[in-house]
Amino acid sequence: MRQTTVPEPKLIFEKSRAGRVGCNLPKCDTPSVDLSSILGETREDLHLPEVAELDMLRHFTNLSHINYGIETGFYPLGSCTMKYNPKINEMTARMTGFANLHPLQPVETIPGALEILHGVQSILCQVTGFDYITLQPLAGAHGEMTCLMLVRAYFESRGEGQKRKIVLVPDSAHGTNPASAARCGYDVKSIPTDAEGNTNLAVLEQTLSEIGDQVAALMLTNPSTLGLFEPNIEKICKMIHDAGGQVFCDGANMNAMVGTTRPGDHGFDCMHLNLHKTFSTPHGGGGPGCGAIGLQKHLEPFLPKPVIRTENGTIIADEDRPKSIGRVAGFYGQFLMEVRAYTYLMAYGKENMHRISKYAVLNANYVRARLKEVLPPAHDRPCMHECILTAEKYKKEKGVRALDISKRLIDYGFHPATNYFPLIVPECFMIEPTETEAKETLDEFCDALIAICHEAETDPDLLHNAPSTKIVGRLDETLAVKQLDVRWIPGAENKEYTRLRQAIQ
Amino acid sequence: MSNIPADLKYTESHEWVRIEGDVATIGITDHAQSELGDVVYVDLPSVGKTLAIGETFGSVESVKTVSDLYAPVAGEVIEINGELAAASELVNSDPYGQGFMIKIRLSGEVPGTLLDAVGYGAVAH
Repeated sequence: MRQTTVPEPKLIFEKSRAGRVGCNLPKCDTPSVDLSSILGETREDLHLPEVAELDMLRHFTNLSHINYGIETGFYPLGSCTMKYNPKINEMTARMTGFANLHPLQPVETIPGALEILHGVQSILCQVTGFDYITLQPLAGAHGEMTCLMLVRAYFESRGEGQKRKIVLVPDSAHGTNPASAARCGYDVKSIPTDAEGNTNLAVLEQTLSEIGDQVAALMLTNPSTLGLFEPNIEKICKMIHDAGGQVFCDGANMNAMVGTTRPGDHGFDCMHLNLHKTFSTPHGGGGPGCGAIGLQKHLEPFLPKPVIRTENGTIIADEDRPKSIGRVAGFYGQFLMEVRAYTYLMAYGKENMHRISKYAVLNANYVRARLKEVLPPAHDRPCMHECILTAEKYKKEKGVRALDISKRLIDYGFHPATNYFPLIVPECFMIEPTETEAKETLDEFCDALIAICHEAETDPDLLHNAPSTKIVGRLDETLAVKQLDVRWIPGAENKEYTRLRQAIQ
Repeated sequence: MSNIPADLKYTESHEWVRIEGDVATIGITDHAQSELGDVVYVDLPSVGKTLAIGETFGSVESVKTVSDLYAPVAGEVIEINGELAAASELVNSDPYGQGFMIKIRLSGEVPGTLLDAVGYGAVAH
């Protein structure tokens, strides 16, 4: 059921009227040509919208008003680090010296750009504790894959490429980890999590004693996707190294560590960073992403080229890399994202960077503590930058699921938290407030969730039918997954179109 | 409380098996479909494929996640439920009937490690 308080906006196609225009073109003063004589068959059924300038302006302005983003409200999606991206990042990225660079410009003409790239690399080396950084990968999963390509090249160079064909991945990992491993030709073996939420050391030990000589790498997220710091991290790295393998750190959760502790010191051989998470370049529809990777010295010969480094005091883009795995991206990666990240890193500076992780962890623990009576934490110990709660009791007692609670949050004016991830926690509710939220905002959010959990006890249907105060009600997600077709089709009488319309009511 | 028929055998990974002669019919449990939520796609093997115990024989995709399906018994796939291609919701509405996934001709003994309804009830609490 839909109970709208705001009229549902029409599509711009529905506002179209044949012949209506937004601008009048001057009379053509060159000879006109019949397009079909050049192109062959032409189509006249494209149904492009025909609207006046004011219609178009109102259309998009109204759409922007019903949009929800970090600039309109709290955005607590866990495992995503949807932190606020300071506006100064946009100012520097738009400076004409950066914005007007052409990717095909001769490298001698871009010393300033190379200095930015080298600067980001140097700072990230200090932040992560790794010897080398490359900024080429274009997204997080691309960074993971690049790390595994380096690991593969490393073992091939040692004549162990054929022997080591297995990658170990904990069952709490992001789905991209096994996907990256499989993409690099590895077989994936899952390692379970123990009752405390840590890597199950007994199983890991047993696995290594059986197939340790076939293991290329362990891919470990730290803090884990359960929002917990792996207390045995040094021991785990040593166990893998003793078996001859490499350890990759999934850096999706670097926001819990930045400025406070360094994965390079924990024993990892390589890691990826999401500059679009931890270092405030745009994320979530705003992208593009940037999956910089860090690595220890023994992996350096295989770095993707060009390698940005100094030679005799000058920064160069070194293409002479005989052992390189080659390019993993065109040109130098997402250059303007590096400008944004550089701005962010410099704005904090070495002295203040620890405040990022400390406030991120403090905020998550504050939310965890405020909600523990209504949504108990999945593990009884302090969390890192995100807290994992379970709504299991509402499902058992009232038939209310984590999804229903999330949908009701929309009615309260908040973006929902992450549901059902990690998969190993029943009716999982994952909240990552990030460091940029004030206590007052966190309190408003917690008050809303406490009120919603009370509603779950007293009036479960309120949650089952949520959202009920927005432009669209509960979406038919099953239909959307099964028949994802968001094309507009002319004519409201068209069956398909009517059916899709019904799906959002 | 989910439905756990007494005449079936179960795995800890939430598959059920019905043994009739040398044919095993396999699907996922009521508890599994309830945890997965609306099933949107079921990936099944080809008829004729030989499966070992514990081998992945397909996957089930819901709006929440994708889960692998594991063979509870060994043998050759003799039938797949073709209805699921167009009507995957049968897994939700009738997991032990029209929502079955495959039939296997057994190539060996039914493993003693399979759970009975009481045993599975303890897993699917």
